[in-house]
Amino acid sequence: MAQVHEYDSVIVGAGGAGLRAALEAGKRVKTAVVSKLYPTRSHTGAAQGGMCAALANVEDDSWEWHAFDTVKGSDFLADQDAVDIMCNEAVASVLELERMGLPFNRTPEGKIDQRRFGGHTRDHGEAPVKRACYAADRTGHMILQTLYQQCNKYGVEFYDEFFVLDLLMVDGHCSGIVAYEIATGELHIFHAKSVLFATGGYGKMFKITSNAHTLTGDGPGVVYRKGLPLEDMEFFQFHPTGLYRLGILLSEAARGEGAILRNADGERFMERYAPTIKDLAPRDMVSRAEFFEIKEGRGAGPDKDYLLLDLTDVDPEVVEKKLPDITEFARTYLDVDPLKEGVPIVPTAHYAMGGIPTDVNGQVLANHNGDLVPGFYAAGECACVSVHGANRLGTNSLLDIVVFGRRGGIAMAEYASTHKLLKLPEDTERSVQQWLAAMCDGPGEESTYEIRSMLQEEMMDKASVLRTDESLSEALETIDKLRDRFTRTRVKDACKIFNTELVEHIELGYLLDMAQALVVSAKARTESRGGHYREDHQMREDDHWLKHSFITKVPEGTPQLAYKDVVMGRYEPVERKY
Amino acid sequence: MDVKLRLLRFNPETDDKPHFENYEVEADPMDRLLDCLHLVKWQKDSSLALRRSCAHGVCGSDAMVVNGVNALACKVLIKDLEQPIVVEPIRGLPLIRDFIVDMEPFFAGYRAVKPWLIVDETQHEPERERLQSPKERERFDDTTKCILCAACTTSCPIFWSDEEYVGPAAIVNAHRFIFDSRDQGSRERLEILSQRDGVFKCRTAFNCTAACPRGIKVTQAIQEVKRAALFQSF
Repeated sequence: MAQVHEYDSVIVGAGGAGLRAALEAGKRVKTAVVSKLYPTRSHTGAAQGGMCAALANVEDDSWEWHAFDTVKGSDFLADQDAVDIMCNEAVASVLELERMGLPFNRTPEGKIDQRRFGGHTRDHGEAPVKRACYAADRTGHMILQTLYQQCNKYGVEFYDEFFVLDLLMVDGHCSGIVAYEIATGELHIFHAKSVLFATGGYGKMFKITSNAHTLTGDGPGVVYRKGLPLEDMEFFQFHPTGLYRLGILLSEAARGEGAILRNADGERFMERYAPTIKDLAPRDMVSRAEFFEIKEGRGAGPDKDYLLLDLTDVDPEVVEKKLPDITEFARTYLDVDPLKEGVPIVPTAHYAMGGIPTDVNGQVLANHNGDLVPGFYAAGECACVSVHGANRLGTNSLLDIVVFGRRGGIAMAEYASTHKLLKLPEDTERSVQQWLAAMCDGPGEESTYEIRSMLQEEMMDKASVLRTDESLSEALETIDKLRDRFTRTRVKDACKIFNTELVEHIELGYLLDMAQALVVSAKARTESRGGHYREDHQMREDDHWLKHSFITKVPEGTPQLAYKDVVMGRYEPVERKY
Repeated sequence: MDVKLRLLRFNPETDDKPHFENYEVEADPMDRLLDCLHLVKWQKDSSLALRRSCAHGVCGSDAMVVNGVNALACKVLIKDLEQPIVVEPIRGLPLIRDFIVDMEPFFAGYRAVKPWLIVDETQHEPERERLQSPKERERFDDTTKCILCAACTTSCPIFWSDEEYVGPAAIVNAHRFIFDSRDQGSRERLEILSQRDGVFKCRTAFNCTAACPRGIKVTQAIQEVKRAALFQSF
């Protein structure tokens, strides 16, 4: 028998979006936060460079310029109403974090300091602008710590190390979740009037990634299995500066502070790809440029398979003071001193633009017509509002989690305070119990580890920065085979206490689902836009493809696709040059 | 290269007490210890239980005792470790399974020192940010780096013998606010820290500073908090 807990609102995930939502919901209604990890282990803490807001503390700026950059950076796929909200609320959101105690770096006058970041420009693309508010190169760490501090101050209730396995729906209304308590192996039902998912991304489907081991698409995976759609899954961002072989992130702030990307010949190759803003071009363009450089034989190293991030011309004091962590990463993991030599880097799978579709208040969409799921919300990387469209600008993820975490938290609390708890059916947890039992049964002739490695290799080779119909078809075939093999694995560890083999097994299942959704969506989109680049369809095709994809799982066969128009606004699509 | 590991294992459902087991895996000298533990788990014995997430030293999940000293498994490289590499769970917290300990007493110590910004909430909220000079900001920079991994607290001999002691990590997090020019809660925080289980239990063993994977000068921060408590200067 599962333990049953009753709340008004339940938030799943305790990174930036979940904690920000919890602060709002917790003030208004009885709220619980259910999280797979201790909150401070969440991957928000790994974000480095900053959070953009047009404070104009250092240089002239306006939130409309920020909105324009975000729309252009998204390759015009972002919904412009949502972008306006985010960029407009950015200023108040940063000031609010400061009031909560976030230790931003300061200008000589004592104001919040700001620095340059990729794709953020003055006056519609004229030149880079200093817009990113930051705390050294651990801005995400500071946001996560500050929000966790505030949650403790206000006594938010946490269920740490509880893993979400199912969403409870009663007559189309979201009525709670089923979670697995990792410490005991027991099931828990969180019966609630409203639920918000803030479970993060799913970069672990790729071999080279900046993502944590635990970023496996749990929230979107649960949603997908419920027959609800996922939006824009073909758009996955590769960050241009991941540590060679490891994928560990080196912040774009390095280039914001003056670092330069070079190929084997020492050439500053970005001058050829983005003559105006060069190394500070948006991430999709820089990652693509790196792939082309390597493909054309200009990669560095014995295997010509990486490029160099050159910090040697940046003032050493700036490097040590403003970029201490990434300097340490290079020294620790590659034995390279950035003050003396170029750091070997490659594009690294970084951020899912797609996810659970929501409106601007975080409420989840039931379909491409825009119908809403009563009582169900999502925010942060697992969601798709969409403010990032086909390519997210650097720093806009920290902004997204704070702005839409807050809006989602308010909306879910309002919903909870105006609705009743719906009666759950008998044996609510039975299907989950059967699923768990099946995992521990069977021949176990296949290895979870092998399947995961093969998935990661295949996605990296065939569905990452450069894609073709052929490569995606092959990837889909491999995913189908791996899904089949996955049914023949078995969890061998019989211990109920901290059975992390079982947790990893469930995570792989979610990853296989996310990979399928990504590849099917990518294969259908016969154009190139933002992070989705098709070598066999290199142009953007606004006449056919200025629309969001919605993918839905069906009981048998290939998932179904439908499309929803982009919400336009002040900015008409133009060719994207920098 | 071949890597020899000697891991302290404990399954609470079948074992009376922890015991060592030996493993051998094939790894690169530049690999992290965490990579090798994963190889054990994924190729040899799937029941090995450990916490980990980011794998590059920022989330604080995988503090362990490695060859006798506290470290994050994702932040020590094989080339720097003598073999066989002996890995044990961190000490002073109740052992649950293999490298997993009960973190609750640790977080209880953290929460006890009110680790959040305390300001006079009756005052009108400023419309812009509060000003803070770069020098004022620098004053508490070191202690903002804490990732709550517990490497310092579980390396402290006082904490091993007295679980009531709030421990180095809690004091580091108190320091982060006591020396923040915007904070107005230092008196109440120092009152808590002056009590029996507070900062004066520290006997400056310096284990905490050596253990911190973020390079925080933990012992210095503790000394500064002691002085602040004695002289009410902050």
